[in-house]
Amino acid sequence: MWSFFHKLGSPPWLYSIAGTVLRYLLPLTVLALASGTVWGLLFTSPDFRQGNSYRIIYIHVPSAVVALAGYYVMAIAGAVSLIWRMKMADVAMKATAPIGAAFTFIALFTGAVWGKPTWGAWWVWDARITSMLVLLFLYLGVVALYEAYDNKEAAGKACAVLSLVGMVNIPIIYKSVDWWYSLHQPASIKFTGESTIDSSMMYPLLLMIVAFYALFTCCLLLNMRTEILRREARTQWVKKLAEGS
Amino acid sequence: MRFCLRLLLRQLALAVRRPIEIGQPLMFFAMVIALFPLGLGPDPGSLAGFAPGVLWVTALLANLLSADTVFRSDFDDGSLEQLLLSPQPLFLSVLAYIGAHWLTTGLLLALVSPVFALMLNLSPAVIGSLVMGLLLGTAVLSLLGCVGASLTVGLKRGGMLISLLILPLYIPVLIFGTAAVQASLDGISAVPYLAMLAAMLCLAIALAPLAVAAGLRISVDA
Amino acid sequence: MAAPLVAAEGLSLERGGRELFRDLSIAVRQGQLWQIEGENGAGKTSLLRILSGLSRFGYAGKVTRTSAVLYIGHQPAVKSLLSPRENLAWHVSGDASYPRNEIDDALARVGLNGYEGVPTYTLSAGQQRRVNLARLFISQVPLWLLDEPFTAIDRRGVVNLQSRLSSHIEGGGAVVVTSHQPLEVACDICRVDLTGSPRF
Repeated sequence: MWSFFHKLGSPPWLYSIAGTVLRYLLPLTVLALASGTVWGLLFTSPDFRQGNSYRIIYIHVPSAVVALAGYYVMAIAGAVSLIWRMKMADVAMKATAPIGAAFTFIALFTGAVWGKPTWGAWWVWDARITSMLVLLFLYLGVVALYEAYDNKEAAGKACAVLSLVGMVNIPIIYKSVDWWYSLHQPASIKFTGESTIDSSMMYPLLLMIVAFYALFTCCLLLNMRTEILRREARTQWVKKLAEGS
Repeated sequence: MRFCLRLLLRQLALAVRRPIEIGQPLMFFAMVIALFPLGLGPDPGSLAGFAPGVLWVTALLANLLSADTVFRSDFDDGSLEQLLLSPQPLFLSVLAYIGAHWLTTGLLLALVSPVFALMLNLSPAVIGSLVMGLLLGTAVLSLLGCVGASLTVGLKRGGMLISLLILPLYIPVLIFGTAAVQASLDGISAVPYLAMLAAMLCLAIALAPLAVAAGLRISVDA
Repeated sequence: MAAPLVAAEGLSLERGGRELFRDLSIAVRQGQLWQIEGENGAGKTSLLRILSGLSRFGYAGKVTRTSAVLYIGHQPAVKSLLSPRENLAWHVSGDASYPRNEIDDALARVGLNGYEGVPTYTLSAGQQRRVNLARLFISQVPLWLLDEPFTAIDRRGVVNLQSRLSSHIEGGGAVVVTSHQPLEVACDICRVDLTGSPRF
């Protein structure tokens, strides 16, 4: 257990193991994404109320789920780097922030595209959309803070503190936004809520969620590998690697 | 504990010696509120409808802008290094800074808010819940704002950054603060909302100083 | 032999891709005066901040402190709105509270008599540093870490300060000082030279 933990802190080991994982995970991800997309877009029946426009959930919902999970990945990586001073956790945290922001943006964008035919407006202040917007702000705050520091080691620590503060706050923000929405929302236009989803639509959605998690992991590992190379640029093993290729 | 109290008194003494700095958040509050009728039109009815939100958003901004300066001068003149080296528990020292900040901004904002509430044509009956909400809510804002201040104090170009970091965290306070006023307007009890604000305050008092302490150590070390 | 007040083992530090020092060990004991030498950018301040505990990351190695620290850095660490007397009372209150005459006495020792009650912002840069240095004449903390303490201090002040360092060492205290100037003190000086590339 400890030796594994120790290895996890070693940049060359993590770099190579991430490469190995990617070699298998990347094709699987592409496969899952492709089959989930085809299944969802072509082989499910249209929704009786929303017609074909609902099919955007196969991108919208998975990206929203992953975006939220990504924040926790970032905060936990930040906690590990603060508590055990593990540099590779710092790398993971730094690598997660832009990816999480991108997934959040995808969720918001697809939500807007979906909103146009459904609600007749690109943007409504729905509880979930508002929460996703706040999540985007939280991600962007971490990215902005990291970039503002010249000393990147301090930047990592500061972002770790910020993401931990954010992690404590996210449930509170979500609950209060939910509650705020229910306070201001006349009950008649409630679209989401207790809407059920047919299993024929559900299975491709589950597949897409798994595929998006895999995609997130791939992006994270790729980004981490880049970051490791950047930080270790002057070490022997990176120089050897650069000469070898 | 005595150290913490002395620190609080020192911060207050510093504030009192430059009274204009205490006045600034209040003047900011007054001026921004004066902008809203100019932007929204002078109709008393619609102003009263926006008043809870306007008052709270303005209080948020006034609090945030002043939070940025809490540790700034101590960082610049080296006092912060001395504080970190002092054998006293940093958690309490940090609480003293935050307490001084609240006493010189949030408390005063809450006390003057009835005047602006009346200027925005808010019914006098709801002023109680506005002031109580601001008293509790601005304390949470000070705690959270100081987290942002501690993380950005070492940055030369930190001014705008603190807003990006901290404003999203202010959202729950804004929601429950305005809801308390709205509830009184609707003739319902505001106590549940105020209780929510009080609960947030308890959580923030327990956790925010930890984050501030960590943030200060990082900033001094950067 | 008593445990060192502060000890560092195997310290290595890189800044901006340059190695400032590697595998540096230092043990500061009671009755010792250490001088850290080296040109600008050699890592003197960084080393002192690591020893003080202000720097907590960015270096490799182990630092153990068994004593409270009196640290004087580049900045004067005085609040310009408070008077020298208030500033000093505030500073030393960390370890104990001192009667006002002791505080005024310490201020007089650094040549600030007559200025005790004026706002510090009316004083010159050198005088503001003296307010900070007055801590050395009142504090009971055994371990002093002084970063360029003679900057902006006139010749008489330097002589005065050096004799204070000597008496602190004699009294069983320990001092680590970074300075370009040769120290004229009555005790032996242990030296750490950070000049040039990494030492072993």
